Amino acid sequence: MSWVYLATAIALLIGLFIILIRAIIGPTVYDRILATNALGTKTILFVTLLDYISGRTEFIDMAIVYALISFITTIAILKFAEKGRLD
Amino acid sequence: MLWNEIVTTVLLGLGCVVSLTGALGLLRMPDFYTRLHTAGKTDSLGQFLILLGLVFVTPDLLTQIKLVGVAMILMIAAPTATHAITKAAHLNDLRPWTKRDPGGEP
Repeated sequence: MSWVYLATAIALLIGLFIILIRAIIGPTVYDRILATNALGTKTILFVTLLDYISGRTEFIDMAIVYALISFITTIAILKFAEKGRLD
Repeated sequence: MLWNEIVTTVLLGLGCVVSLTGALGLLRMPDFYTRLHTAGKTDSLGQFLILLGLVFVTPDLLTQIKLVGVAMILMIAAPTATHAITKAAHLNDLRPWTKRDPGGEP
C-alpha cells in the first residue's frame, strides 16, 4: 500500500515544480500570487501524505496550521499589492 | 487488497490526475483569467479527492476528523482566496485575453 502514497507524493512534487516555473516567469504580480496559492495547497497535501509514508501521526496538525497560514498569507500579500501597506 | 485500499487507490489516482491537469493548465494557458480558471477549480477538487481518499485507510477516529477538518478549511479558504485574487486583478484594470485582441496583458 505504501507505493500508492509514494506515487501520489511524486506526482504532487512534479505539479509543484510546474507551478514553481509559473511563479518564476509569471508576467504580472497576480500570476505569482495565484501560483503561490496553488503551491500552498499542494504543500498541504504533500505534508499529509508524508504522515502516511513515515507512519507518524503528527503531520496532520502541521497540515492544519499550514492551511490557515497559507490563506492568511495570500490575503495579506494581496492587500499589500493593492494598497502598498498593511494597516 | 481490501476494499478500502482499492477505494483509496482510485481516489488518490483521480486526485493526482486532477492536480497535474491544474498544474499544466497553470503553465500553458494564455492569460491570467484562464490560468485562474484552471488553478482555482482543480485545487479544490484535487485536495478534496486526496484527503477523502486518505480517510478510508485511517483506523483512528480523531485522525479521520482532522482530515475532514483540513478538507473543510481548504474547501472554504481556497475559493475565497481565488475570488480575492480575481477581484484585485479586475479592480487593477487587467484586461482579459480575447481572439480579436491577442495582446490582452497590459
